[in-house]
Parts: sequence; structure tokens; C-alpha cells
Amino acid sequence: MSNEFHIVVCGSIVPDPLQTLEPVQGAQGPELKNEMMLPAVLDPWAGHALYEAANLAAKNPGSKVWLVSLGPKAKLQQVMMNIAQKVPFELVCADGSASGFTDSFEVATVLAQSIEGIQGLDKSKLLVFGGWQSASRGSGAVMQMLGELLGISEQFQGVDKLTAGDDGSLEIMERIEGGAYQVSACNGTPAVLGWATGELPEPPNNPQVGMQNMRLVMPALQQAKPADVVQGSSLAFAAVELPQQRRETRVVKDMPVEDMAREIVEWLNS
Amino acid sequence: MSDTVQRQEMEADIVCVGFGPATGGFLTTLGRALVNEDGTPLAESKVMPGMPPQVICYERADDIGFGVSGVVTKGRSIKESFPDLDLSQIPMAHEVTEERVAYLLDPIGASRRSAPVKVADAGLKFVARDHAVELPWIPEFLQKHGGMVLSMGQFNQWVGSQVMGSGLAQIWPGTPVAEPLLNGRAVKGVRLVDQGVDKQGNPDAGYMPGMDVKAALTVVGDGPVGSVGQYLDRELGLPEGKHQREWAVGMKMVVQLPEGCELKPGTVLHTLGYPEPEIFGFMYVYPDMSASLGIFVPSWFDNPVRTAYRYMQHWMMHPYLWKHLEGGTLRSWGAKSLQESGLQGEPFLAGDGFARIGEGSGSTNVLTGSGVDEAWATGVQLAEAVIELMRERRPYTRENLESAYVQRRRESWVGEEAEQAAKARDGFTLGFIPGMLGMALSGLTRGTINMPGRSRKPWERIPRIEEYFKGVVTEQELIQLRKECQAKGASLHDALMDRAGWPEVPLDGKLLVSHQDALLMGGKVVANPGYADHVTFADSYACSVCTEQVCSEICSGQAISVNPEGGAPLFDREKCVHCGACLWNCSKPHPEDDENTNVQFAAGSGGLHSAEN
Repeated sequence: MSNEFHIVVCGSIVPDPLQTLEPVQGAQGPELKNEMMLPAVLDPWAGHALYEAANLAAKNPGSKVWLVSLGPKAKLQQVMMNIAQKVPFELVCADGSASGFTDSFEVATVLAQSIEGIQGLDKSKLLVFGGWQSASRGSGAVMQMLGELLGISEQFQGVDKLTAGDDGSLEIMERIEGGAYQVSACNGTPAVLGWATGELPEPPNNPQVGMQNMRLVMPALQQAKPADVVQGSSLAFAAVELPQQRRETRVVKDMPVEDMAREIVEWLNS
Repeated sequence: MSDTVQRQEMEADIVCVGFGPATGGFLTTLGRALVNEDGTPLAESKVMPGMPPQVICYERADDIGFGVSGVVTKGRSIKESFPDLDLSQIPMAHEVTEERVAYLLDPIGASRRSAPVKVADAGLKFVARDHAVELPWIPEFLQKHGGMVLSMGQFNQWVGSQVMGSGLAQIWPGTPVAEPLLNGRAVKGVRLVDQGVDKQGNPDAGYMPGMDVKAALTVVGDGPVGSVGQYLDRELGLPEGKHQREWAVGMKMVVQLPEGCELKPGTVLHTLGYPEPEIFGFMYVYPDMSASLGIFVPSWFDNPVRTAYRYMQHWMMHPYLWKHLEGGTLRSWGAKSLQESGLQGEPFLAGDGFARIGEGSGSTNVLTGSGVDEAWATGVQLAEAVIELMRERRPYTRENLESAYVQRRRESWVGEEAEQAAKARDGFTLGFIPGMLGMALSGLTRGTINMPGRSRKPWERIPRIEEYFKGVVTEQELIQLRKECQAKGASLHDALMDRAGWPEVPLDGKLLVSHQDALLMGGKVVANPGYADHVTFADSYACSVCTEQVCSEICSGQAISVNPEGGAPLFDREKCVHCGACLWNCSKPHPEDDENTNVQFAAGSGGLHSAEN
């Protein structure tokens, strides 16, 4: 017997990590310089969450996947061009800032409202997926707050594996301190899972999936509700600055790992 | 090609290959017409009855914003498409405010200048400032007054978001197309590249054979080195008397100009004469005190150890430019090939089920040094033709496309100016001075009088290193240098440029950085796994006995390197920026087609991740 899941994936978007990021002071607090010019990607944790969701839905017929995302509409559209060929999902978007200079609680509130507004969502079948460190500058707070706001007490963070039993129970493998895993079991949905990297590779681009998704993606983008996560926030930034970096690139082929490790230790000690 | 693999199929009405300015023009124009004012579709989709025609565009790069060009353009066609164009809405765009063309003298003494050039230099030295002489007057055919400077990456993003926003066309980046689906001389759609394969293309984990996307019309806009365009040229041949032998590689940077730099947004500088007479340079200043700048290394630069990167650094350090650049910071970097044969390299523009637009269709104007606007115009013209055929319910046959599209193109300013420019560069096949004279003659007489030239295949042009560096390095020394460089897996150009008197580049870690740093800082990404190598050597024996290995010298990303163990060069997909320069920088003919070289360049995944290019 299979289970029917209603999986909502919270997908935060971030500037492509290879871009030059520079904080500047904007009218409403800190912003990223040229943020609207930088190409955006689904943040890596959220990406894994989406692929795991699609895989779970494929194994459990009757399941559905929604991708809920908060970000500037134009950037969300661009990200959709990159991921909508990968797995089937329905998009729900909130048009607001994804600069990273937002308060975790404000973001969680917007996501909770967006999820509450999904037509046909059955909370008894609900799994809320997301990246465990997403949308909070690595503090890992958004998914927990979102769970609380939705009234879901079964929460797991740093998840790498989810196994669904025939009886609807869930077995979850979470990362804990010291490189170890904790395996938990719970009776079933609803639950919140903040994913780490999972176990699945990025799926290949499938044009048929793209065609099918895009029919719903464009209307969803057009209907995106504005979400203000900056103004009215209680969060204030005293200062923001780029971490100092020094680049000394050498390209060496076939270097033994022992030599690499030795060099790194020497550099750290210097 | 026999193909026994079971492939999935999908159907669309129109499939486009490559998202650049040409496809941008095509989709912008078509998208506006697909739905009538009363909400009814212009024509019914053949594959989804009741819906408007289904239009899909596949782009190789990971994003449609990863163009690699700063451009200056008159923008005639772009402005026609956007009559209310507000350049402030496009990041890094600005109207042209000032234009200068400067002839650069050689302040170092390492440049290889012919006797007539040396004589000219001696005369100009007395009027030069910062070792440069600005032309007192820019010929009309070169002027870009009233035009705009753009970042192709930002422009593509802007256009693409509007096209996608209309909901009438889908654009899918990160999806390389392997080849067209040919049936005789008719095109039935395209085949996407296989995913989940090893470097040689053999099935591996997660194997997913490239899907066949069938369409009544395939729009080929995949640029100068696109796989579909190349495939069609190979299979259909070029029209009688046509050849694609003139190329250039453009390498550029986006630089944050230093505090206090006096250059104003919209300034356009073009240079010639240095670091070598054959190398032209450009610099376009954007609104946020950044600039796009770089050089073009042409196929008629008969140096077997061509390198764009180090030449670009010497060019930047020329006093005429360095006074503006010193203290600046590298923001982005990239390279691309330019198809410079123009009309002489024009392929079959249309056939049953396909049409070609943009640079790969020979639209670049080599006399005016303009390509983006022409590419956009050809896309618009094809869209107008398609709208006409849709409205009249006529199929996309060769005859229909020739009368609706090709004729439109011929009768437009693009066609007229292409005719005038057809022989403008012929003189360069004989050298720099005949080339400049030829440009002037063709330009001033609107193509009536042209300097004759002698076109040669790219591989035929490349002399032996021993010949080119005669008097600089003895054969004995060259043997030793080859041995030393090969042991390090290094190409020869640094060693030989050092010997020719080029000074060491004083790396500052900000603007003057190592080639690999430029790759990293310019936004080079790790290539996606599961794709086959897209650069291959047709005859590896020819490579193993090749003493030039020009491919490794020119390679923009140092992705092609000398094999320390001898034999064919090594290719590292992780470093490739997909400029395609290897395709025409090879001194050996292709074993089956001597119009081409021994290097094969197909559609690959990955490249650069920089939207600022």
C-alpha cells in the first residue's frame, strides 16, 4: 500500500554563489549591490529538498508537490527556467525580498500564509520540506518557526534520508554533532523536514516535465502576491561587510592528498 | 547517423536553438503576434489543438544571462522593436555619449611590426600622446552615434524575462542541443544531448538519451560555433562560392573603474595597432563606472602561438588605457568566437522546416563592426515571415521561407549593408596595411571598390613556429623550449613572448591576475556532470605529430593543454568557457573535410556564470 503525501517544498533563492557579492546600504537597510542583476539559483539545501520531494511523490502515487518560494518575481521566473525541467511541481510564489537581509520570523510568516492559501491542500497528508539552513543566513531557524506557525510539532532538521512505511509511518535520518546520524520514527504526517543534502543527485533536464510545469508556472508568477518582509520588520542591522579574502591560486595537477593537507596546515600555521 | 537508442519524443510547433540577440528578436516579435487583440490565437497549435502555437527555445548555457560580450550598437532594429526603450531599465546600458578611435604605438618595442608600419609609427611619434594617436575623424561607416552600449548578459536577461513573462514562449537554459533531426534536406526538429554519459559519451549512471523534439519549424540561432548550425553546414554544404574562413576570438573583462576615473558613461573607445597590429581593442563605459573592455584576435593574425589572454593584459597596460584602468578591479571575464566571413560565409538561410538567424547565418557586418543589431534584425524578419505564413496557413517549406524571410532580409538594411561589407575585410588576408586600406576603400565607396585578397582556410594560414620566430629563437632553442614546456604541460606562448621582449605582467591580484584567476573571478563554473566532452580531435595521430598545437595556445580558458606524455592535447571540460576558438585555431585539416580543422566542437554544458558579461 502506498501513501498519498501532500508535500510543500519551501525553496529559497540565492544569488549564484560564483557572483561577486557586495553589501550596500539601501533605503530600507542593507541590500546586495546589483541584486536584481545577479543570476539567482535555488539554494542548494532547498534544491535537495525539492528532488527528495519529487522522488517521494513518484514512489507514492496520488501524491502532490508544491514549491513555495519567496523572492522577487523576476528572479523567481529566472530560477524556474533552470529547475522546472527537473521535477514536476506546482508553484506558489510570494513576491518579496530574497536578499538574505531579512528576518527569519518574517520569512516564516510569509511562507506559512502562502501554504495556508494553497487550494486543495490536505494538512493531514502534509509534509513541509525545505533547506535546513535556508533563508536565515545559516541559522537554521526558518523551518522551525514555519512548523510552529502551521501547528506542526513533528520537526526534523539536517535530514539526509526519509523512509515512508506502508502504514504511513516515517523513519527519518538526521545529522547530529560529530558526523553521526540520529534515526527517528514518527507515526506519520504532518511533519516538517529541514533537509541537508539528501541522497539524490540532481535530476537531468526533462523537456516533457518542463512543458507540463510551465503551464502552471507562468500563471502562478502572474498571480504572485506581494510580500513585505523588510519594512515593518523588527530586525535591524548594525553593520554588514564582506569577509576578507585573499586569493593565491595555483593550478597543480595530480597532487597527492597528503601534500595538499600539509600545505593547508602550513598555511594555517603561518 | 544511425541511432538505435530508444528516445523519448516531444512535439512543439516551433523549436529554437540558442538564446542570443537573434532569437531574442524572433521571440519578442513573434510573441506579440501569437494572440490577436480579441484573445484568439493567431493560428492554432498543430500539436495542442485549441492552444496558440507552442514555441520552445533551448539554450546551452546555464542561464540566458550568461552572454559574454559588451557591445556598442546603433541599435536601429532593437529600437524599432522597443520604440519607448528606456535604457535605464536595462542594467549596464547607456546611450553612446562619446566615440574615439585610437592608433596605439608600441611603447615596449616587442610588437612585431612590418617595415611600412614602423615608418608610419616613426612619423606619428611626434603627434602622439600617451603613445597613441586619436583619429581626428571617424568614418561614417564606423560611427555608432545615437547608439547604445550594452552588456549582452544583462540585455539577454531583460529580453528573456519579457518573452517568458508573456507566457507565449518557453526558454530553457542549461539544455544543449546535439543536432538537428534531418530527413534528406529537411529538418524535422532537434535532438537534445545525451545526459548521464561518461566523457566519451557512453551510457553511465543516470543515463537519459537526448530527447527528440519535433517541430514544423526549427529556428537555428545558435551562434558562430553552434552545433546545429555546424551540423547543417556539414550535411547540406554551403551555397556555391561561400566559405567560413574568417574568424576572431574576442576576449573581454568587465572592470570596476578606479576612483576618480574621468571616463563618462557611454564612452566608446576603439583601438588598433597594439599589442600587435592585427589585434583590435575596445572599451565601453557603463553607467555604474564599470567598463567592458577587451581585444579581438583574428584568424588572419598569422602567429602560431596566439594567446588572447596575455595580449589583453599588455593591451590594458598601454599608457593610453592604463591611465584610466590603473587601480581598477576585475569583475567579470569571458570570451567568444566571432564569425567574420559575413556574406561570404552565409549558409543556406532556409530550407524545408528550418531557418537560420543571427551570427551563425552570416549576419555580422565586418565593415561596420556590428553584429548584435543585425542579429536582432534577422530574428525580427524571420518572425514577421512566420507570422505571415501562420496567418495564411502556409507550411514552412523552403520556397515559402525564402519568399517570406530570405527575401525580406535581402531587401532590408541588413541585406544592403551586408552586400557593401562583403569584401571589406579581404585585404586583411594579405596583411594589416592592405587590410586597413581595404576597409577604408569598401567603407568610403559603399562596397563599390574593394581591396582584393586571397582567402585561405584557417589551418592553411598558420605558419610553422620556426618560421614565425625566425631571428628571435633558434631552432635549437625552440627544441629545448618545447621539451621544457611539454614537461610542464604548458603551452609555448609565454616562453616565446618573453623571448620576443614582452615584459612580465606585474600581477596585482585585482585587475592583472593569472589566467586561472580570471577564470575563477570571471565566474567559471564546474561543468555539470553526466555530459560527454564537447571538444574532440578528429584524428588524434595528426595531433600527436603536430608541432604547433595552436589549440592549446589560443584556448581562452586553458582547457586544452599540452600532454606531458606527448600525443593529442588534453581537454579539461571544467575549464572550458565554450568560446569555440579551438574550432578554427588548428594547423591541421579535418580528415574528411579540409574546409574545417582537426578540432571538433560540439554543444556542451557549463561555461561561465556571470551575468555581467
